[in-house]
Amino acid sequence: MKAKHQRLTLAILAVAAIIGAALLAMSALRDQAAYFYTPGDVKKDGIPAGRAIRLGGMVEQGSIARAADGVTVTFRATDGATAVPVRFKGILPDLFKEGSGMVAEGRFEPGGTFIADNILAKHDERYMPPQMAGEMHKTESLKK
Amino acid sequence: MIAEAGLAALWLAAALALLQFVFGAMALRPGGGALLGAVRPVAVVQGVLVALAFGLLVLCFLRTDLSVELVARNSHSATPWLYKFAGTWGNHEGSMLLWVMILGVAGGAVALLERRLPEPTLIATLAAQAVIGLGFYAFLLFASNPFARLAAPPAEGLSLNPLLQDPGLAFHPPTLYIGYVGLSVAFSFAVGALVTRDVGADFARAMRPWVLGAWILLTLGITAGSYWAYYELGWGGWWFWDPVENASLMPWLAATALLHSVTVLATRDGLRAWTVMLAVVAFSMSMVGTFLVRSGILTSVHAFAVDPRRGSFILALLLIYIGGALALFALRVGTVREGSRFDMVSREGALVVNNLLLSAILGIVLVGTLYPLAVEAVSGEKLSVGPPYFNAAAGPLALILVAVMGAGPVMRWRRDDLLPVARRVAMPLLLAAAALLAVALLAPGIHVLPLLGLVAAAGVGAASLAPLWKRNLRRTPLFTWGMVISHLGVAVSLAGMASESAFTQETLVASRIGETHRVGPYSVRLDGVEPVVGPNWTAVEASLTVRRGDGPPTVMHPQARMFSTPPTETNESAIATHVDGQLYTVLGKDDGQGRWQLRLWWKPFVTLIWAGGALIAIGGALALFGRIRRAGRAQRAERATQGYLA
Repeated sequence: MKAKHQRLTLAILAVAAIIGAALLAMSALRDQAAYFYTPGDVKKDGIPAGRAIRLGGMVEQGSIARAADGVTVTFRATDGATAVPVRFKGILPDLFKEGSGMVAEGRFEPGGTFIADNILAKHDERYMPPQMAGEMHKTESLKK
Repeated sequence: MIAEAGLAALWLAAALALLQFVFGAMALRPGGGALLGAVRPVAVVQGVLVALAFGLLVLCFLRTDLSVELVARNSHSATPWLYKFAGTWGNHEGSMLLWVMILGVAGGAVALLERRLPEPTLIATLAAQAVIGLGFYAFLLFASNPFARLAAPPAEGLSLNPLLQDPGLAFHPPTLYIGYVGLSVAFSFAVGALVTRDVGADFARAMRPWVLGAWILLTLGITAGSYWAYYELGWGGWWFWDPVENASLMPWLAATALLHSVTVLATRDGLRAWTVMLAVVAFSMSMVGTFLVRSGILTSVHAFAVDPRRGSFILALLLIYIGGALALFALRVGTVREGSRFDMVSREGALVVNNLLLSAILGIVLVGTLYPLAVEAVSGEKLSVGPPYFNAAAGPLALILVAVMGAGPVMRWRRDDLLPVARRVAMPLLLAAAALLAVALLAPGIHVLPLLGLVAAAGVGAASLAPLWKRNLRRTPLFTWGMVISHLGVAVSLAGMASESAFTQETLVASRIGETHRVGPYSVRLDGVEPVVGPNWTAVEASLTVRRGDGPPTVMHPQARMFSTPPTETNESAIATHVDGQLYTVLGKDDGQGRWQLRLWWKPFVTLIWAGGALIAIGGALALFGRIRRAGRAQRAERATQGYLA
């Protein structure tokens, strides 16, 4: 193989790999990227049931209810204007409480309840999910 | 006084970095030969001074000198000494000083140890290292001074983030940083060789041990970090595709590609421009990672302080260094002569495919990590990219990469034919087919990725041993052993990942005292829950009696800890390691009716994930040792010949 051909082959291979990776990345991003939602987004966009997303919000005051099995908990996640019911089976993070921020990973079931596989609450009492801070700020300034 | 001395040492080190750059630049000009000898000593003294500054900061922490603002904000007199010590880098300023210290010490080490590089290239390399240092010294001194004093020292410090109070903190950040910042040496080598137009096999042979050293520690740091997250977070997961994890994975991917292309350059004098490019990319990824983690744009346990000024400072440094290096590359790449040629079906060809796949995976991880930031910067919309994206996009490529890894090492340099190669990997292929059959029969309904993972692990595990086939094992060079063990480590790790994802069993219950629960082959009885007190925390601790079948009972003690300053709770999982997996237990909360939440996992062969990581690093260490020994031998032989001729 001549030097020129070799360079050409390598260049073609590299370009093919880059294009392939870019296509793969784009198709996966289109499916998965808008992966974080606030309750307001959920109402606005209508998330299909069964799609894996993150739901971020504050735990609504007085909404936490524990089921008889001792490991299932239901509550409502709110962004101040809209609230979404959430059900979670598992050990809640230590700083999960009413009126504080949380992010739930999971999916909606057909009835409109969000089934969380995992709940994150920051180990910092001042924490509010960064995606939430802006939204809360907006709703608060609307109220005033 | 200690803090002032530390600050003085830091300023002096910065001044010496400036000197190192100026001397280096002048020495490379015509007629600057007189300064050639001055650059090495300056680099060594700079390394010593910055190490001294770091040592003095450690001393401030060990003595809990609360008049130093950093200590007051991040330590507490009741903290155990290990966390006082490791707490030095458990905050923004301290970790940046550790970063810069490693940069300076790495430069000093190059000045002290590197003998193979031609003198002008070495001087250019040290000058480049000094330029990187200057930017980060400026960042420390003007935007993140670790030695700042408080006018009125508080009575007590604010303590270290409890999540960080774990032995992992003493090990994970320093190893990761040495790996991260060690790649700066490769970057400086590349810049130096571009400046003196001296890219070739000798340059690659000189650079290889430095890349290998950084890569080994990066591998160890990532492995340790993964295990730390696994047991500390209490979620049972070992990789979360968190941007901060990606920040450490991206330099690793680039460094792995570099390690393979530098071998082509050293052995066959091919892939010249590409290797130089990768050396630039690898450290660029380290800087991107530093920017992501240290700028505070990500909220995570790693982001200590949110200060937009710091973010823009690092971003500016990032653009200057990466932009500068790429510009130099673009200017000089034309003068890098064409290396030697090879067939596509050859060892070089396989390594090219390896490099392309690693680069593609790197691109996918980079896009997934930066995309949310870019979207937010442009449209203000907030979104996040999670595991579904990374698994779907990077998983298939990683599997192909692993398959190529099985075939590459049995191919010949320069040219080979497909048929003999196929014959050489026939045994591993048969094994993979057997694994496919066995898994399909024993575990019907297994998902595709774990299934392919198990099959690939079996085939590649066998194929990785093929280079030793029919060889005299005692005369096989150490670096060949290193390659074999590293590749075997990849297969071992892959087997662990696939097994964990396919076969994990979980039991989640609210248990009364005395009740017994089943998970996997185990029965677990909750015997009681007692309060316990530690040095700076209190906890409730469960006593679990664990039996496997009719085997002897063992006791496990998962805890839920409460720290007083700042008020924080953490879960301390209890993990029992067995030959065939781990039993992972977490104690949750009481439900107010005398029941305690218990989460129990049986994770078959999960330990293989980190054992594989350790094997990869051990293989790297063997290769490094083998290379250094051979280089030393060659040097001695050369000296002997010269002595004879004289």
